[in-house]
Amino acid sequence: MRIGFFVKEAFRALKRSAAPSLAATLTILLTALVLGVFIPIVQATTGTANEVRGRVVVDAYVKPDASGTQIEELRQALIATPNVANVEYISKEKALAREKERNADAYQLLGSNPLPDAFRITPADPDGSEALVASLSSPADEKSADTARAGPLGAIDEVRNREEETEKILSATGLVKLLTAGLAALLVFASIALIANTIRLSIFARRREVEVMRLVGATNWFIRWPFVIEGVVVGLMGGAAAIGLLYLAKVVFVDPLSHRFALLAAPETIHFPLLVALLMGACIAVSALGSGLTLRRFLRV
Amino acid sequence: MAATRTSRRASARTREPASEGMAKRLAPRRDVPVVELRGVSKVYDGGSVGLEQAWMRIARGEFVFLVGPTGCGKSTTLKLLLKEMEPSEGEVLISGSDVSRIPRRKVPYLRRNIGVVFQDYKLLPNRTIYANVAYSLEVIGEGRASIRRKVPEILRLVGLSTKLHSYPDELSGGEQQRVSIARAFVNHPPLLLADEPTGNLDPETSIGIMQLIYRINRAGTTVIVATHDRDMVDKMRRRVIELQDGRVIRDQLSGLYRPDESTREFGIRLRGESPGAGLEGRPS
Ligand SMILES: Nc1ncnc2c1ncn2[C@@H]1O[C@H](COP(=O)(O)OP(=O)(O)OP(=O)(O)O)[C@@H](O)[C@H]1O
Ligand SMILES: [Mg+2]
Repeated sequence: MRIGFFVKEAFRALKRSAAPSLAATLTILLTALVLGVFIPIVQATTGTANEVRGRVVVDAYVKPDASGTQIEELRQALIATPNVANVEYISKEKALAREKERNADAYQLLGSNPLPDAFRITPADPDGSEALVASLSSPADEKSADTARAGPLGAIDEVRNREEETEKILSATGLVKLLTAGLAALLVFASIALIANTIRLSIFARRREVEVMRLVGATNWFIRWPFVIEGVVVGLMGGAAAIGLLYLAKVVFVDPLSHRFALLAAPETIHFPLLVALLMGACIAVSALGSGLTLRRFLRV
Repeated sequence: MAATRTSRRASARTREPASEGMAKRLAPRRDVPVVELRGVSKVYDGGSVGLEQAWMRIARGEFVFLVGPTGCGKSTTLKLLLKEMEPSEGEVLISGSDVSRIPRRKVPYLRRNIGVVFQDYKLLPNRTIYANVAYSLEVIGEGRASIRRKVPEILRLVGLSTKLHSYPDELSGGEQQRVSIARAFVNHPPLLLADEPTGNLDPETSIGIMQLIYRINRAGTTVIVATHDRDMVDKMRRRVIELQDGRVIRDQLSGLYRPDESTREFGIRLRGESPGAGLEGRPS
């Protein structure tokens, strides 16, 4: 009965103050649109960055004179090394075939195969690739040849981090991410200020009403609940409209184009249902809290 | 008409135990005054004086007129009782407890026990008359069925049964005043404060309203009426507390609006022969 009364009160107020309610709804709608566009973009760039980081590899070239058993021992040793996720053996023939594919003319000129056998190591943590390179190659550099060459790692000729090129990609996506996140934060902040202001105006217009309610013995929560429910309804409407628009945009623009742009198809992009839930939650929370908290000032009578 | 009045009176009487129960909540002991002002002063922010060293004790079940020229502090007194503001000095006690000690959280419960007819009506502008009166019942969690029964009944009593679904701005001043009265009476509070309840009413309706207040008082409710209605005060012959410049200058059982003035004296005042007592002493 109480809840029914509060809901009825909320809808009565919404109907009566249609203009401020509409303004609040539109502000919520805009905020939700901004969030709805920027969350996937930030997510997608993060996803791309992660993918690139996933491609960080360490190549360990095998000495040309290593025997088959040595190579097999080396593989076992590499697999057992910390921070190694995957080890792929690339024989010199395979390497040549790959390079030929890429740059046929240049390799056509070579009579023999200049490439060594190699292990392509994918580190579990891309940031630790530097350390991995160091741990695999240090014995060769500093210690005396005998002790170092004794273990299976002795078959390693040279270790190279293939990170140099990925470094550039990472810093570029990092910048994009930072920029979009900053812009989104700014826009969201502006929208929240706008919402707070809209709500404050609509409550200010009703402060006399609130004052009278206090004087006839209404408790703060008795006055507040209809306002909070009103906020929830406004949030619900704004959020639903924003999600409708976003869905339309997704179906009309993003989905048909996604196969052309890697960014749009990035696997880490947030799922649409999750995005919907997130946006709805944010809209409702912001407007309900906004109206509930703004009311505090007028409940001091 | 007479028949309905009698039945109304009967129904007021049947509700007597309930309102007495409420009265007990406010006045646990018979000897504790329902309202007590101990040296209360109120100086407004602008520096104007609302009350100055006012003392009064009003026992349970009393009927008191608060009279005095405009600006003498009648509304200030009532606002202090409702804890609409704090006194600058002194103590305001309701049923023996200092209202300035009541925490903000508990204030609504104090106000539910005090029905108030505001001088400026204070109706909720965006609600119908019916909804306005119903609101003060909804606030105390009254059931829907009982609201549907009580609200039309009290509105009929103040003569507004045809305007249930009008909005306050569609009513005349006197009609709005009657809505305010209906709202203050509808839950039979143990203490009733009425600020100019008959200020905008014609003599016939005024008598109807005073009858209503009288009946409420007979049912055990303590009543304080701030008024300029000389006729009413003189005819009712109740306790009169007169204020002037925020001070209590007279407290008289079964008093008159202005007891010490003969027709001759009034004639002198009317002709302006006595300086300092011009229009200010007359009701506006
Ligand atoms: N909110 C306020 N701010 C400043 N001064 C006020 C305020 N309310 C009342 N006053 C002043 O306090 C004094 C007493 O006012 P109050 O309203 O109590 O008079 P009153 O007896 O009710 O008069 P009336 O018969 O005209 O209603 C007046 O001088 C008035 O100007
Ligand atoms: Mg007044």
